[in-house]
This record gives sequence, structure tokens and C-alpha cells, in this order.
Amino acid sequence: MIRIQEADFNVQDELDSFRKDCPKIGAICSFTGLVREFGDRTDLTGMFLEHYPGMTEKALQKIIDQAYKRWPINQVSVIHRVGKLNLSDQIVFVGVSSAHREASFAACEFIMDYLKVEAPFWKKELTASSETWVEEKSTDQQRAERWQDNPEP
Amino acid sequence: MKVLFFASLRERLQCDQEEWADTTDITSPQDIINRLVKRGEPWESALQSGKVLVSINQEMAQLNSHVKAGDEIAFFPPVTGG
Repeated sequence: MIRIQEADFNVQDELDSFRKDCPKIGAICSFTGLVREFGDRTDLTGMFLEHYPGMTEKALQKIIDQAYKRWPINQVSVIHRVGKLNLSDQIVFVGVSSAHREASFAACEFIMDYLKVEAPFWKKELTASSETWVEEKSTDQQRAERWQDNPEP
Repeated sequence: MKVLFFASLRERLQCDQEEWADTTDITSPQDIINRLVKRGEPWESALQSGKVLVSINQEMAQLNSHVKAGDEIAFFPPVTGG
């Protein structure tokens, strides 16, 4: 399940949905990303999130399909918010369920690592007096490439 | 052919999308860039900064990938979501 939305989400509701009518799952792993103060910038008031409607969903589906191929996972949810967000707001949720914990731990991290470098979202930092587009981080690229070096989970 | 721009590139160019009827000399995203930079600034510096990604019909592509009439080509900076 993929959702791109302006509205906030409730992590507990998302986790509960994994358990519904699914007695075979024994593990759920999830990641929630938040808007945070950036490095030495303490004047940040929020973020603006832009995306490429249509391509975003396709790119995320491709990443999720790869995760299903690599691990015996049961269900995946990705929620990404767009538009204006305030400090400490939730930006992104990735949840994965599986019979045993290894698969959902790994798949959750894999999906998040690839979302960072392949899903067409762009962040702009907002302060009271300025707007600055966030630059990509080479460490994000390295984190994603790490999965290519370790093809077997 | 539809040509789209996103994020910092869209703001720099002050353009989010164009519809091109004449695509006779266009076979790749690089050809589109070559046509756009002929317009001068800000197109020239924005599209030649070396940090422009491209997608064709909403799939990541390369500057030398093949494009045809009716395709949707998007140019954008490296992604920063999550």
C-alpha cells in the first residue's frame, strides 16, 4: 500500500492494520521519519515537500517489488507526506510485516534507503526569512549502494 | 511531447511544463537540453550544471535514452525525500 498525502497519519493505526486478518505474521518493523532541526541551523520553522505525482507511486512500487523478491515478507506500507510541514511533524512511514523478524527488519531498512535516492521527492527548508532547497547527501547514496554489495540478505 | 521541470530547477527556470508539437530533431533527453540551452539564461546554466536527473514516462532514464513523440520527459535535481 502506497499513500502520498498532505494529511498526517497515525502510526498505531497503520501497525494495527498489519495484524488484521493475518494470524501468520509474527513481526512488524516500522520506520517513521520526522522534520528536524538541521545541523547548525536552529532557525528552521518547517519544510515544504514537493513530489512528481504519478512517478512517485511508480518509483515506490518498484522498490517495494524488489523487497518482496528479496525477503519473505507479508505486507508493506509506505506513506509519504507532501506540502508544508512543521518541526517534529511526521514525514514518512515505512512498515513491513513478516513471519519472522529478520525479513521485516531488513526490508524496512532497504525500502527506506532506496526511497531516499530513487523516489522523486524534494525538500525545501523554511525559516522566517528564507527558503532553501535541500542538497542530496552522498551518505544516502552509499547507504543504498550497500544493498548491491550484499545481494543476499 | 511533454517536458516537465521540478523543484529547484522549476523555480530557476520559472517553468513547470511545456508541450512540444515539433519534435522532429529530438531523439533523446540530451537533444531536449540542447534545444533549451539555445534560449540562453537561465536555461543554459540551470541545465548544464551537471546535477540534472531525467525521467521518461515517469521512469528514471539517462540523457542518451531514446524518446519519441508523445513521451513525458521530466528534468529535476537529485531527490531529497524521506
